[in-house]
Amino acid sequence: MSGVMTFLTRRRGGRFWHWTDIVSWLWLAGGLVIMFGPAVWLVGSSFKTPAQLAEFPPTILPYVSQQATVEGHDKPLTLYSVKLPDGSTKVLAELRRIGIVAQMVDPKAPDDIVKVNIANREPVREIGFATENYTEPFVHFEFLRYLRNSVFVTAMATLITLLTNSMAAFALSKYRFRGRDLTMLLIVGTLMVPLSVILVPLYSVVSAAGLLDSLWGVILPTVATPTGVFLLRQYMLTIPDELLDAARMDNASEWQIYWRIVLPLAAPALAVLAIFSVVWRWNDFLWPLVVLSRKELYTLQVGLNTYAGQLNVQWHFILAMTVVTMIPVVLVFVFLQRYITSGIAGTGLK
Amino acid sequence: MSAAATLKALTGAALAAPVVWLASIVNVPLKWWQRVTGTGGMAAFFLAPNMAIFGIFVVVPLVINFFYSATSGTAYFLQDRSYVGLEQYQRLLDCGSYLDTATCREDLFWKAVHNTGLFVVVQVALMTIVSMITALILNREMVGRSFWRAVFFFPVLLSPVVTGLIWRWILQRQGLLNLIVHDLGGEPYNWLTDRFWAFTAAVSVSVWAHMGFYTLILLAGLQAIPRDLYEAAEMDGTRPARVFWRITLPLLMPNLLVVIVLALIRAVQIFDEVYVLTGGGPGTSTLYLTQYIYEIGFASLLRNPGLASAASILMGLVLVVLTLLQLQVGRRGERKGARE
Repeated sequence: MSGVMTFLTRRRGGRFWHWTDIVSWLWLAGGLVIMFGPAVWLVGSSFKTPAQLAEFPPTILPYVSQQATVEGHDKPLTLYSVKLPDGSTKVLAELRRIGIVAQMVDPKAPDDIVKVNIANREPVREIGFATENYTEPFVHFEFLRYLRNSVFVTAMATLITLLTNSMAAFALSKYRFRGRDLTMLLIVGTLMVPLSVILVPLYSVVSAAGLLDSLWGVILPTVATPTGVFLLRQYMLTIPDELLDAARMDNASEWQIYWRIVLPLAAPALAVLAIFSVVWRWNDFLWPLVVLSRKELYTLQVGLNTYAGQLNVQWHFILAMTVVTMIPVVLVFVFLQRYITSGIAGTGLK
Repeated sequence: MSAAATLKALTGAALAAPVVWLASIVNVPLKWWQRVTGTGGMAAFFLAPNMAIFGIFVVVPLVINFFYSATSGTAYFLQDRSYVGLEQYQRLLDCGSYLDTATCREDLFWKAVHNTGLFVVVQVALMTIVSMITALILNREMVGRSFWRAVFFFPVLLSPVVTGLIWRWILQRQGLLNLIVHDLGGEPYNWLTDRFWAFTAAVSVSVWAHMGFYTLILLAGLQAIPRDLYEAAEMDGTRPARVFWRITLPLLMPNLLVVIVLALIRAVQIFDEVYVLTGGGPGTSTLYLTQYIYEIGFASLLRNPGLASAASILMGLVLVVLTLLQLQVGRRGERKGARE
């Protein structure tokens, strides 16, 4: 037995566990719970019925009440486990409830009505998923429209960002012209101009451009990202100029050099920027909130906030919609997280 | 080639075809432009789209913000507004005592300033400490380091609205936190209706959401510290605490300062997740500057874009100071790097 313990606690280098190792592992385990726990709880809750969401204390897993069809009744009836006066328990189906008394029948003998005090019964439940939380918002709310708006904004903004940022980065890394350093400084300088500082005048500019209450009004102000220009320029600087000169010898135009040589070579940096841009635009909140006032133009984030801000919050739908909103980002996390962390470590930007 | 692979190649080509075709069409006028203007003209062409968008949606608003803050009225177009000089600033700064918001003419603004000040101090301190501990632990030799790094990074990617809603759900009356409190024998509580707990929640949730980002920066700094320094210290039998204070902390200082300043800049602008979490409440206890600007500028019945614009300029000034601080810190870090 002590041999097993020695084996388990042995570390590389032959030393035994130091107290700092224990603290470290506790911290990491706690981190795992705190970082993922809330999201897992959200997903679990999103499959609960409204009645279950109102329960306290809440259950960890989602349950649904069992129902049975009883002869002589069209609708399926909810089953309860009832404690009868003689001390035995029996599974009965509820017909109707009047005050604290429920009229119930035995599914096997549907003719005898038993009156039961509701304190003496408990619903029969099994683990089950209330998938209607997911299907109904698509039908009853404009959720599908919000989803489409968000996808449109994210896709368009990312495409335009990739094109305009890469063109600017190409000019700033491969040409010498007067004012180049000044332009670069201006771009990097505006990294420091946050939306909240120019919120009001930006609104009036967008409104003067006639872009108010349109998805393009959401897209255009966000696409010229300084981070993107910076990231791509740093990458393009590593592409040797000889390659470009060789292409010029072969009579390639500047546009062809950009399109056929530099862009394919900058693909890794473009991929990082694309991932960043998708996450940014998908998650944008304040700007769409200000620009969009027509409900059918809302993006997911704005729509979610609106539903969650209503007096009578329908949590069962909100939770399911939150999960759907989270999915693309979780996919990015699972498959592309490496690129983002290397992007941040490389540039120190987000 | 198998049928599936052929199909895949064909669809790929079909999808790419319009783009390739478009690019070659664009090439025709551009060749002409290149002949007329030379490569200088081409540089202008490549810069134009980005700089145009940038000018219209960043530089122009930045400039007109100053004019805007000198006008009054509820109209959004500058030409429909009347010039009032510095009145908006006077209104914002008109206070009996800056420490007591009740004596201020624009008490909501000062409420937001006080709240933001307290939030920034507590949040940045907590953020720095938590990120630092996590980075130090992740820097140890361990199994699955990249997995653990990813664990702490997960919330960084979540949208602020999702973050706010997740935590609202946990902190509500029938929520997970009350389940834990209940299981420990306590009474369930409405956390977000209590001033102290709403503030604590705002701080904790924003730390939860962003600490992964700062941990990454600190971890990059820790990994850049040469291993041989630690080996030398071990050979001398230096105590671990001393190693931390004498080697790790001084060499990490540039990264640590960057983290602190970045966290300061972001904390001053805090909005999204707290707005979704508490809506600024209870009362005005978690109302922060950006929410003030948003509500005065757009949302409330007392709409006054000029006032919001003046408030945003004052906030911008604070951010400029912090940014200059960051540049200073960054330059010092670079010089230090050059010496080594």
